[in-house]
Formats: sequence, structure tokens, C-alpha cells
Amino acid sequence: MLHAPLPTMTNPALDNPGNPADKAGMSTLTLLPPDRALQLAAQFGLKPDEYDRVLGILGRSPSMTELGIFSVMWSEHCSYKSSRIWLKTLPTSAPWVIQGPGENAGVIDIGDGLAAVFKMESHNHPSFIEPYQGAATGVGGILRDVFTMGARPIANLNALRFGAADHPGTRRIVDGVVRGIGGYGNCVGVPTVGGEVNFHPAYNGNPLVNAMTVGIARADRIFYAAAAGVGNSVVYVGSKTGRDGIHGATMASAEFSAENEDKRPTVQIGDPYAEKLLIEACMELMATEAIVAIQDMGAAGLTSSSVEMAGKGGVGISLNLDAVPQRETGMSAYEMMLSESQERMLMVLQPGQEGVAEAIFHKWDLDFAVIGHLTNTGRIEIFHNGALEADIPLAPLESEAPLYRRPTTETPKLPPLGEVPDPMGLAPALQKLVACPDLCSRRWIWDQYDALVGGLTSKRPGQADAAIVGIEGTARALALTTDCTPRYCLADPEAGGAQAVAEAWRNITATGATPLAITDNMNFGNPEKPEIMGQFAAAVRGMAAACIALDFPVVSGNVSLYNETDGQAILPTPAIGGVGVIADAHLAMGLAMPAAADLVLIGATRGWLGQSLWLREIAGQEAGPPPPVDLAAERANGDFIRARILAGEVLACHDCADGGVLVAVAEMAMASGQGAALLPVPAGIAPHAFCFGEDQARYVVAVRDAVAILAAAAAAGVPAARLGVANGQGVLVCPDGAAISLAELTAAHEATLPALMAG
Amino acid sequence: MNAAIIVFPGTNRERDMALALTRVTGRKPAMVFHRETALPAGTDLVVLPGGFSHGDYLRCGAMAALSPIMAAVREFAMGGGHVLGVCNGFQILCEAGLLPGVLLRNAGLRFLSMDCVLRVERAGTAFTSHWQKGATFRAPMAHGDGNYFADEATLDRLEGEGLVAFRYADANRNGAARDIAGILSPNLRVLGLMPHPEDLVDPLMGGVDGLPLFTSMAEALVGV
Repeated sequence: MLHAPLPTMTNPALDNPGNPADKAGMSTLTLLPPDRALQLAAQFGLKPDEYDRVLGILGRSPSMTELGIFSVMWSEHCSYKSSRIWLKTLPTSAPWVIQGPGENAGVIDIGDGLAAVFKMESHNHPSFIEPYQGAATGVGGILRDVFTMGARPIANLNALRFGAADHPGTRRIVDGVVRGIGGYGNCVGVPTVGGEVNFHPAYNGNPLVNAMTVGIARADRIFYAAAAGVGNSVVYVGSKTGRDGIHGATMASAEFSAENEDKRPTVQIGDPYAEKLLIEACMELMATEAIVAIQDMGAAGLTSSSVEMAGKGGVGISLNLDAVPQRETGMSAYEMMLSESQERMLMVLQPGQEGVAEAIFHKWDLDFAVIGHLTNTGRIEIFHNGALEADIPLAPLESEAPLYRRPTTETPKLPPLGEVPDPMGLAPALQKLVACPDLCSRRWIWDQYDALVGGLTSKRPGQADAAIVGIEGTARALALTTDCTPRYCLADPEAGGAQAVAEAWRNITATGATPLAITDNMNFGNPEKPEIMGQFAAAVRGMAAACIALDFPVVSGNVSLYNETDGQAILPTPAIGGVGVIADAHLAMGLAMPAAADLVLIGATRGWLGQSLWLREIAGQEAGPPPPVDLAAERANGDFIRARILAGEVLACHDCADGGVLVAVAEMAMASGQGAALLPVPAGIAPHAFCFGEDQARYVVAVRDAVAILAAAAAAGVPAARLGVANGQGVLVCPDGAAISLAELTAAHEATLPALMAG
Repeated sequence: MNAAIIVFPGTNRERDMALALTRVTGRKPAMVFHRETALPAGTDLVVLPGGFSHGDYLRCGAMAALSPIMAAVREFAMGGGHVLGVCNGFQILCEAGLLPGVLLRNAGLRFLSMDCVLRVERAGTAFTSHWQKGATFRAPMAHGDGNYFADEATLDRLEGEGLVAFRYADANRNGAARDIAGILSPNLRVLGLMPHPEDLVDPLMGGVDGLPLFTSMAEALVGV
């Protein structure tokens, strides 16, 4: 506590009748002494010039609660102060976009009067400190972002990056994160249908946990955060507020050092059961006309939800914290405003609807409390124990928030990769590649995720390039994927950003669905370093180009910076979550090799080994520029493939990504146990470059008769070549004639993760 | 067949169950909240679906077994009504004493979500008449507490009286005693099982292996 006598000031809200403070006759704000305020500001992560802005806005020293509010609202995590100028350059509109970035989640029209609501969000820092709870609350938070908009969540996905498989800390983090994601998603009853995982030493001290939720709402029943109606009740629902997660947003806006144990109290504790009840109660209330505006309490909890709702609506808000349901005794206003306790929502109700809402929340055993009302002051006023604790004008809190155009330096282009000889031959390399941590089977992970709850999952993990989830009451289904290739992004952030978007588009296309929009989760290092900010800017440039070329706008997203520990930054990781729709779920294409088919490779093959997994795993180098992304070819090849699938001409389809065409064929074969025999590689290209090069915009398709699709491709100007035949035998014959038993290949593919996790 | 699905707080497979029942019977089941004290008039089948009732706090199914609606379910079962409990529903039936034994934490301590193969041990009941004894079928499982346990005498009695409905035929992943995946009450009208046949009743879900459970019930309970 503070010992010096504190200056006080008169409450400007005195004229506002109904403030509890008036009745108590204690309407003074306890201000921090200037030197103490300055010291605390630094501790809370406010830079000196940012603190000067606080003083300018208030015209006085802040109270403890006010300083807390400014510091979290202006944290990198909440304000996007380093990233905003770049994010604004991303394309965000299309005829089917109902709501782009800026709300809790993006919304797109998917036909039949329905909308898909989705977003991806990081929970990186908490997941390193406390993997289980960090990952679990990451899932919980993104679920709330989606159902707060009126959508019932129908699918979860994730994008995970862990440290090197042989790093001593990796096993604990993988185990905790996977258990956390499963523990939350399984209980809350939303299927976890897809995701991606990479291992790399750059993530040893900063694993990435990006969670994505997709929900379905009626297109004419979307709920927004903008508060309206002076006098309307502000209502708190969900779980009680405790002291967990205080300053979580600030913690997520700074680098780590080796001593992060003391940050554990900044990690929130999740309760998926409470979330499940909250979903059901919100869905029930949303079927009425009671709600004016609704916002979940995520990062910076009650602070960001109340500030954002009032700010977006251009109104003021008065809160009486005595009414906040509390889990602990003796909490201060500062603690309540900054708590990140989970499973809580803030709503503004229509006049007189409090009873309707309260009955629904009590039915679901959840707290319900009127904790304030909207005002015409344009300010946020917070009362606690009869005292005014904060009084901040809302407009400048947003408009004067720091915004940085941080210095950038371009990532130097890498020299071309020269000839790299093949040290071991195709079959041994394939065997090694399918077992490497970045390509091995993810079964150990997805066997812990309920992928089916809801009864609408049509392609589960491993069955298709994108997960397929049906939409109840329609013939439609969504195609969902998460993608990024961080090693490409490190080598060339612009090409890597474009590739991440293109791969998401390709994965959706490979199922026959039409890609509609993306959510992005930008994970980078310390933005105050020009080379990191340069990576960010270049990645956004590449993404924007791909989004435009592929009609695949960004509708929501999240930025996670300062992913560094002791100065070591992660690989730049702009993870993309893609959503597409297919009009008839029955037409959705899988990747499993049929017993008999012709195999055709769509797209041009140059044998690009730069930054390939073959180069890293077999030749022991991470070198060369990554494969170029030809967006026109991407578009043409993808549109061609989708048309063939929807015309019923394709038996199986798989994109060529990590590991190249031979790995793609092997994955198709392992998915069904049916073998294939590949033709010798074309003249003029080294066999290992043809088989393992990672040229983009390519697909392997299985068709009844290659002649027809080759003719159609020629007519469309799309490169296509006969690759071999699926023959129903349990053997994969490589282009050099070497044969690998599928049983053996599958055993190697499946053994890696269980062995790693058994330690 | 008029089915009533009981919804406890934390139940999450009621929609899957409703989709499966509607698909087979053409009739939407009634959703009955746990605070109700009576079943809808004319109920032929009560279903306790999967999920995490009461968040699995205390012990899976323990609190749900004491819900107000359970008195009516018990009365319905005692009166010869048909009751199906899947996953958490099976746990609740055991906790409520409507079936013997209990479901413990999976032997490997991990949540298990994958398809398993079940063998039909008792055909010819309202739940299993569309299978032959010894038939095997695929069923998705998704549970953290599916390790069936009962004392040896109870297990011997279940086997002796032909009350083991289903056994795991491919692998015993959760450690269940004698590979037991599902059991019946002595009057053969209460069935509890861990896996989820309701999630495999449509080619779009990847198969129709679970359909016989629903067609059996629809045939047995028509006009009951």
C-alpha cells in the first residue's frame, strides 16, 4: 500500500445522478504520487513517451486503476501499435464478406442464409509458462470470440510450433499443450478437426499455440460489440472474477528471460464446463431480442470489454465493481479491472430485459449481475466501495493510443542453391522423410482430440487436405485448414507470406471446396528490432498479394510479437486459417489412394530444393531461397482441380507441400494402405529434385483414366503429367524402381511421435 | 418411437444423438432438461447422451445421477422402460445404480479418441436385434474414463447371464475389465456403452456401422 498522503481531486461525474459514490458521499479519486506513477508505468510496460500521453489525456496523475487500464489497453497485445499500419494494407473485402477485421471475429456469407464466423488467436506466452492451462484457455478464448457474435462453434483447429524434437523441454510442452487443447475442446463439445505442427530449435524458448474456432450463425443474426442506448444496463455473465491472469496482456507484450517462473500468476485457469454452460446460455439469450451488444472478456478482461463496447458505440460507461461476482475476497478495483479470469462476458441489454436474461443464466448455473449502465459522458467511470477509482475519457484512450511505424530492414535474399547431390537414393530418403518430426504421423496428437462430437464431421484429421464439417439442415459443408511454412518465411518473408496463404487456398481446393476467406495469426519476434519488423512487413506484403490474386480476403486475425527468449527470436510464422465451402458435402474429396487409378501430377515441376525438407533432413542444410510462388499458376491450377473434382472425375487428391511429390504420393498410399508404382522421372531433372523438390501450385490426383484429365489440362493450359498408377498392392515403387513396403513405411511414419513422447 | 434425450449441464453429444434418432425414426426426440421431474408423456426410449455432465467434477456422472430428472428415469426403467446411456450416459447409469460397476480413468491416463471395433456379445435385444451375435462393427470412442470396472462376482454374473452387450474386439485401449464396452440390465432394457454408434450412421460420417443400434430400437419400440 501507499504510505504518503495522496492528492485527491473532485469527481467530474458528480453531476451524473445515480453514481453509488454520490450516495456514499465519497467521490474523490485517489491519485498516485507522480514519482510512484512513473515507476509503476515502467513496470506495467508503458514507455516514457506513452506515459506522457496518459498525463496529457488525464491532465493529472493517474489512479492505480487508471494506470492499469492505460497500460493494458496500450499494450502491444491489445493495441496492435506496432502492427496496425501494416495490417491495414491487407485486403479485407469481397462480396461474401459480412464483417472484416475489427470485431471479435470475421463473418462471411456461406449461402442458405447462413454465415461462418471465425478467427485464430495465439496463446503463445502463457503456453510456454504453463502449457496445459495456456493452451486450454487459448481454445476457450477463441471460442468466446466466435459465440459472442451469435455463432454456435462447430469446429476448432490449431497451428502449433514446438522446439526441436530432441530439445529437453519439448516433450513437456507438447504433452501439456495437446492435453490442454483436448481437455478444453473435448469437454466443451466442439470437435477439434484439424491443425498443423512443426518442430524447430527456434521455438525452443517460445512455442506457438494458435487456436482457431469456426462457428455458424444466421447471416441476419450477427451480434456486435458496439454499445448503444444511454441508461441501458451493462451486465456481467459467466464465471466469477478472481486474481488470475492479472496483466496477462502485458506479459504477452514483452520478451521472456530465463526467469519466467514468477510469471505463472499471469496465466489464466480455464474451466471448459463453465464455457459450455456459457455457450448454451448465450445461444438461448441470443434467440430473444434482449441483447444490444455483447463482448467476451478476453485479454485485459473487464477493462478491454467495457472500453471497447463503449468506445465502439460512442457512449460512456459507468461500472460499479461492488456488483461484480467475485471468487476471492478483498479484491481491489485495479485487480478486478485487470483480471483475466476466464469464461466471462459483458453485455448491454435492451431496457427491461434484465429478468429474461437473468432467468436464462441462472438456468445454466451461471452468475448474472448488472454492474453498470451506459452514460452520455463519453467517459469510463469506475466505482468501488463507494469511491471513484477511475475516470477516463474514452475517445482519446483509443485515438491517442500509440501507433508506431517501427524501422524495418529487408531480409537479405539468399543466394541460389547450387547442385546438391543425392547422398542416399529415393527410397531411403523417403523412409527418413516420412518419419521426420515435421512429416511424421500426427496420430498421437489427434487421437487425444474428439474430432466427431456434433455429428457433422465428414473428413477427419488425416483423411483430406482440409477438414470437412457439414452444416446442419443443409447439403453444404465447410472446408477448414491451418497453414504456414516458417522455414520459407525466415528465408524470404514475402514469399513465405504468400506461400502460407496459397497453401491454405490449395488445401481447401484439394477437397473440391471454394476457398472464401482467411484469418491470420502473425507470430513474430521483437518488433523493436528492425530485422523482425522487416520480416513482418514483408510477410504482410506477400500475404496481401496472395489474398488479392486468390480472392481470399482476411476477415480476422491476431498478432503475437515479442516471441523471443534471451534475444532468440522464433521463425517468422504468419499462420493462416482458411475457410471454404462446398455446396454438396458428398462431393468433398479425400486423399486416400484408391485400389486402382491413374496418378497425374498437376502443376509445373522444376525440382526446387531450396529450403525443402529433403535439403534439411537428408542433405543437412537449411539453405537457398524458398520455392517461388506463382500466384497466377496457383489460381489456374487450383481452379482446374476444383472443377475436375466437382465434375466427379477425381478419386483422390492431395496437394504437394512439405517433402514434395514423392511424399505426397506416400501420404496418399499410407492413408489407405493401397500401393502405387511411379514412372521414371522426366528427362532433364535429377530424380531426387523431381521427387522431393517443393515447387508450389501442385496437386497429385488419382483418376480413372489419365487421358481425359491430361486433355482437359492441355485445353486449360495447366501443366499436367502422368505420374504412375495406383495398383492396390501394398508396395510403393519409386521412380528409380526401388520398392518400399507400405507396412514398413507406415510403421516408420507412425513411430516417431509416440517414441518422442514416451521419451 | 418417442425418444427423450436428457440434457445435463455439460452434456455435449445430445445433438449427435438427436441427428441419429431423427435419421432412423423420422421423428425428432424431445430434449429434456435435467431439472425436469417428469418425462414427456408417451416416452418409449430415454437416452442419456455423452458429454461431461457437471464438468466431470467430483466423479464422472456422479452429480448427474442425483439430478431431479433421474428419479423419473429410474421409475421409467423400473417400470420396464428402455434406457440407452452412451459414454457419459453409461457412467451416469452406473452411478445411479441402474447398471452395475463403474467407469474408471483410462488405463493410459489419456483421453482416447479413435475408432474401435466392437463385437456383439448379446444379440436379440431391443438394442442389438439387427446384429448377429459375434458380429463386429466400427464405433468411434471419445472418453477419458472408459475403463469398466466391477468386482469379479459381478463380472461373472454379467457374463453368466449374458448381459455383456459389446466387447472391444481389436484392442482394449482403456483397460476395461474383460474388454467390456457395454452392458445390459437383467431385463435387457437398459443398455450402457462407452463408444458412440451415433457418430457413424451416415456415409458422410465415414460409415453406417452404428446404424443397427438405431434400427433395432426403432423396430422394437415402434408403437410401444
